[in-house]
Amino acid sequence: MVQKSDDDKMLALSKNLVMAVSGEAGDTTQFAEYIAKNIQLYKMRNGYELPPAAAVHFTRHTLATHLRSREPYFVNLLMGGVDPDTNKTELFYMDYLAASIPVKYYAFGYGGMFTLSVMDKEYTPDMNEKEAYELLKKCVAEIKRRFIINLPKFRVRIISKEGIKDMPHIVGEGEAA
Amino acid sequence: MALEAINGVSRYHSKLDDLGEEMVIPEIGNLKNQYQLCTPDLPKSECQIGEFLIDETGRKIKLNYAHGTTTLGFKFNGGVVMAVDSRATSGQYIGSGNVKKIIEINPYLLGTMAGGAADCTYWERVLAKQCRIYELRNRERISVAAASKLLANMVYQYKGYGLSMGVMIAGWDKKGPGLYYVDNNGNRMPGNVFSVGSGSIYAYGVLDSGYRSDMSDTEAQELGRRAIYHATHRDAYSGGVVRVYHIKEDGWTKITEEDSKDLHYKYAEEKTKRSQ
Repeated sequence: MVQKSDDDKMLALSKNLVMAVSGEAGDTTQFAEYIAKNIQLYKMRNGYELPPAAAVHFTRHTLATHLRSREPYFVNLLMGGVDPDTNKTELFYMDYLAASIPVKYYAFGYGGMFTLSVMDKEYTPDMNEKEAYELLKKCVAEIKRRFIINLPKFRVRIISKEGIKDMPHIVGEGEAA
Repeated sequence: MALEAINGVSRYHSKLDDLGEEMVIPEIGNLKNQYQLCTPDLPKSECQIGEFLIDETGRKIKLNYAHGTTTLGFKFNGGVVMAVDSRATSGQYIGSGNVKKIIEINPYLLGTMAGGAADCTYWERVLAKQCRIYELRNRERISVAAASKLLANMVYQYKGYGLSMGVMIAGWDKKGPGLYYVDNNGNRMPGNVFSVGSGSIYAYGVLDSGYRSDMSDTEAQELGRRAIYHATHRDAYSGGVVRVYHIKEDGWTKITEEDSKDLHYKYAEEKTKRSQ
């Protein structure tokens, strides 16, 4: 049942680093908040922010430590951001087994089954903002067309060296197949 | 001298004294510390209630919880309205017809009960204590956001140990009206309209189609009442008395407590009058 239509599944970790979380209810928010607060604490203690790769390393370490404990976190996540020093954009995949790899694009869950091929076909690393947004719209349209569950609304954020920018929500266009 | 002493019985004799110091009594008592419930010494993944409990013949014990309920709450321009039914069931059996499923945490905070009745009463009682302590320490009332997060964190600690609850925490704080949904999975979310329980599907139908943010107070209270009534009508696990509360700037007030049977005939009469 739809309990909330505008839940924010992303969390800003720093000025230009965002984490999107899916997985077991409860674990997602608790884990994401723990990571976010610790990364903010790191900045307060040291006077500089963790670059994306380091933040991912910390997150993976935390997830891996809990994995073999009595109470593992069941969360899959994507971390994306810009390294303020090198100006490099980065995106990392991480699953609940704490496997982590850098990726160009990814989608978790059932939606991923329909949309990964769309992104495989259309993605180019030199896309501009508008082209990227249009690609996401194609993904959402495919989910509407083929996925039996109705996922009406998608939140879009762009992370650049200027910061985090909210884009208009994508609402599925077209008809179900 | 008392008779027992003449016969050589010492008054405060305890069996434990004979055991000497070697026996250590474990400190488990939720009366001293509400968070110290005795949990099984097993990994969480093996602790789902009903799975590890086995009776003497090796059969699994199936625990019956009071699951059937309809509760709702919504925010609008005039505050927050909460409405609930009052039926408690365990399986097919109606345990009670006049349960108070709205828990009065303090004059500005209300909580609803759905899921396990014992879990909801217990943890919302602990929440009430924590809210009062917050008030004494900080010289101001706790916000709805903070109160709901206290509860969410408490139940998250016991995630996987078989708690069953889906509650709404509503109130009025500095930011105005507040409404949060909290459940035993560790979910916690703010929202404008929530309904929880087996009858929630029916309540949502009435609530969503009749909801406007610019309703008058009486309209809003009637919408909540009607939604619960229709849920009691269709859902066998909901029924009894329909209770309606309204939270405004100066705290909550109880609006009505009406038997769903009386409501049924009242609405039926209104319907025939309309069609004439």
